[in-house]
Parts: sequence; structure tokens; C-alpha cells
Amino acid sequence: MPKQSPVPTELDQPFYDACNEDRLVVQHCGPCNRFQFPPRMMCARCGNPGLTWRQVSGRGRIKSRVVVYDSPVSTLVPEQPFNVATIALDEEPDVIMLSHLPGVPVDQVPIGAAVEVIFETTPATGQKVPEWRLAGS
Amino acid sequence: MAHPIAPNSWHRNREGLGIWEGRGKVVATGVGTSPTARRWDERPETSLGALTIIAIRKAIEDAGISPDEIDGIVLTPESTTGVSNDPMSPAPEGFDQVFKMVDFPQAGITRGDIDWILLNMPELKNVEFKMNGPVCMSVALTTAAEAVSRGLTKTCLVVRGWHNLAGRYYVGQGAAALNTSSGPGKYGGIWGMPACATTAMIFEEYCNKYGKSHEMMAPFVVEERRNGLMNPDGFYTQHRPEMITVDDYLSGRWIAKPANIYDNDLPIQAALAVIFTTPELAAHHAQKPVYILNHAQTRPELQGVTPTLAEWEASSDKMGRMLYEGAGIGPEDLSFEQMYDGFTLFHQFHLEGLRFASRGEKRGYALDLYQTDISIEGPNPVSPSGGNSGNGRTRWWHHRDCILQLQGRSPSQIKRKAEYGVSGAHMPNFCDALIWGAGPD
Repeated sequence: MPKQSPVPTELDQPFYDACNEDRLVVQHCGPCNRFQFPPRMMCARCGNPGLTWRQVSGRGRIKSRVVVYDSPVSTLVPEQPFNVATIALDEEPDVIMLSHLPGVPVDQVPIGAAVEVIFETTPATGQKVPEWRLAGS
Repeated sequence: MAHPIAPNSWHRNREGLGIWEGRGKVVATGVGTSPTARRWDERPETSLGALTIIAIRKAIEDAGISPDEIDGIVLTPESTTGVSNDPMSPAPEGFDQVFKMVDFPQAGITRGDIDWILLNMPELKNVEFKMNGPVCMSVALTTAAEAVSRGLTKTCLVVRGWHNLAGRYYVGQGAAALNTSSGPGKYGGIWGMPACATTAMIFEEYCNKYGKSHEMMAPFVVEERRNGLMNPDGFYTQHRPEMITVDDYLSGRWIAKPANIYDNDLPIQAALAVIFTTPELAAHHAQKPVYILNHAQTRPELQGVTPTLAEWEASSDKMGRMLYEGAGIGPEDLSFEQMYDGFTLFHQFHLEGLRFASRGEKRGYALDLYQTDISIEGPNPVSPSGGNSGNGRTRWWHHRDCILQLQGRSPSQIKRKAEYGVSGAHMPNFCDALIWGAGPD
């Protein structure tokens, strides 16, 4: 899928650098022992600014799904209709990421199925982003 | 000139605060609504600013007071959630021949602005209290309620206008047209979800958890259009006065399945102004006072790129508890509910958080309730205004109609006695809401 290329900032450069190395890292708050994504300057719960980046397993579960028929993003309009699923990380299911679930037919997204991360190169800049596929596929 | 917003301490955003100190000390009286339009035709007299002036003058006239009595204004500057012009792009030619302009060139066009209003409404010569209620008219209403209850203004305008420019609301506009993505959108936006998709995603989760289906939304959406078509000020009444059927709903084109076109509210141009004052001063107003009994606020603490069903349920449950605690009433006291509906698929989260018309159920019952009589004639009127879905996108029809219902003059007046109502917007985890009463207790 021809996604827009995200432009990293100082805040999220470690996340995108890791993506380019095919690793998934997520911000972690030590005092709360809690992950969060998207990246923020501080913990959304306690305000701790001393967040660290932790590599996670890259495994998760499909939490929910939609089929997009009318995307605002110009580069994706030719791909319609397409799946978008929410992925709950195994390490912390309240941390949600999105996926197009490449290879899964529209309307056939299996809720609850195990997924694993892959990294997709976005065309404009070559920046990689996390994507997800059914585990073992 | 940037005007202040309410300090965080004004917002009732936690449990245990007890009865609201301002309970029964603030009332709404006059209501003024502008004409509606689908999009701005770039004529000054149909601009957001022009519509705002119309709404304010109508509210003052409706209250039967003099403009001299207005000593405060709380306004929501944001006037769309869709496409805006560059903030510094000049106004269309001729605009400055009709309106006096402030330094901010898009004032009155794609942004509400207190100074612009006061410059163009010389009759408002006694306004001393000026405050912005950002993002949502709900915030303007709760801000104004606090301001009146604290004695900072005695007779206060609460105002919000909406603009809708030519072109599609989000599609292929601005950042969405680029092949790169900056800002917060890069964490989720690059997956290409339209605005309704987050709601659709959580609705899907809700259906899976409770064994419900999208088809069960049909009676609610149809009833909202029916209610909206009773409103002479609504967009559909004014421009597309056709009723929709269950079949229409079920065959609506998908936007982000399970959200279809009827689950999305239609962007329009419109403005609303409401008069808040004290019960004592309201004695000489032309309209019956409607009391504000409490207000409350929730804000998200997101861990992921989108919220989850659990977050929405926890947050809307908290909203229900806070509202009832501060108002001193319970779910059984509500005569109707008017929580936000744009998108329709999240209305039930608000409704269930309030336990509206619950028979002991806590969650997962609202779509079953939709299969019963939820009309204005029935025992459990759901969204009697018709909301955004039945009137066009404003995020204020439901607030407006709480006032009108409790004054007994709503165009879609409920048949049961209207004693207490609730309205709030917008998302189930990002909401400002009010309890309204026909009396002070």
C-alpha cells in the first residue's frame, strides 16, 4: 500500500530509526511500568518526562477492523476498498497500532487473530513503518 | 487579540466534587439560530461572520432584552473540523467593504472571533467579559455557566458558528494530498482512515462484544431525521426536506464499514447564539429560564494511536457519574437525552454511560433500546432534536434543543413532561456535558 512517508522529528526519531532496522520500539514509563504510543514528550498518565525506548516482541492481536471505502489520503484512494485493523500489542494490549493487514482480503479480517510485525517501505522517502501480518503467514 | 480560556479549575473533571456550587444560579433564556447552507458561496452576507451576527441578534430579540444588557461573550473560535483556509490568507474581494476587519484576516470567514463580532456589532457596547471556549460549543457553554455563576458576567452570549468551504470536507485536502506526513497524523493518518473510522472501529468492537449489528442502528438514524425535519431551522428542513427510510439507511454507501454515509453528519454553514444569565435577571426576559444544574468534562489518556471500547466505556461511565453527582439527580430523572451523535455510531456510548432508560443494564443495551419507542411521543425520547444527523453538522442542535424542550417550545417537543435533560459533546472520551432543568432543583 502506498502510504505517505512519515517525516521523523527529534521526538520520534528513535522509533523511525528502529523501523528502518526492522525493530519495533515503544516508549516506556518506568514509574508506571507502562508503554505508550504514539510518542509523547512525557508519560500521558504521570507526566514523567524520562521515558525510555524499549524493543517489544512485535507480536499482537487483531482487536477490531473497518473497511475503508472513502479515504481522505490521496495516495490510498486507488487502493479502495481496503482493510484497516487495530492491533493490540502482546506486551500491553492497551497500546494500539494500525495495520492494513497485507494479504488479508477485504471483509475477512479475523478478530482476535495473532499477528506479527513486518516493516513496510513508504515510497516517498523510503522511511519504513510498522505493518502487521497474520502470524505464520 | 487572543482571549483567555477557562482555567482548568473551572472544569468539573473528577468525581467527589459534590453538588455544583453554581447549581440553580445560571439560566438560559434566548436562543438565536442563523439560516443554514451546505457550503459558503463566498458572499459576505452568507459568511460565517454574517451568520454569527444574525444568530446573536435573534438570541437577543428572543430573550426580549436590549443589547445594552449583554456584558459578556464566550465564543468557540474553531468553526470547522474539516478544511480551513490558510489563517493568514486574505478575505475574498469585497469582504472588507461589508465588514470591519481585525488583524486576523480569516476572522468571520473560517474562524469565529470576539473582536470581529464586537467591531461589527456596535450595539454590543457593554461587553466586558470575553472568553473563548475552544474546540466545541460544549466548552463555551460550560465556560459561560461558570462565568455567570462566579459573577464575572451577568448576561452572557454563548456563540458558535460553523463554516464549510467548497470542496470535500477532508478528502484530498491539505496534508492528506501530500506524499509525506508530518505532525500527529503520521502515527495513524497514513493508514488512510476517514474521520468516522475510529468510531466505526470501536462500534465494531462493541457489536462483537455484545452481539449487536449495524442494522440495529437504523431506527435511531431514521428517528433522528424525523425529529430534524420538524425543526424549521435545520439544514434538512431548509434544503433537503426528504424523510429517509430504514432501507435508505441499510443501503447507504460505506465510508468506513461499518460506518456508512448516514452515520456521518453533513458539514454545513450555520451559527447559534444563546443567552445565559442569572435567575434574578431572567425574570424580565421574554423566555422561560432553563436552569443549568451541573456540567462535567472528560479528556482522554490515550495509550495507543486510537482509543478502545474499554476506554470509551470507562470515560462515558465517569461522565454519567460526575453529571449526576453534581446535579443531584439520577438517570431515572431524565426526561430525554441529547448527547452528541456526529457520528451516529458513538451515540450509544454516551447514552449507556448515562444509563439513560436503563432497566438495570449497564452496557450493551442501547441498540436494543433503539428497537423500542424512542420517538418524541414515547416514554424514552432519544435525541429529540435530531442532532447533527437530523439537522447538519454543528455540534450544538442538541444543546439548543435542551433549552427549547425545557421551555416547552421545541419544534419536536416531547410529549412527556420535560423536567430534566442532558446534552454533551463530542467524543465519548473527550466530552463536555451539561444537565439542564426546568426548575432550579
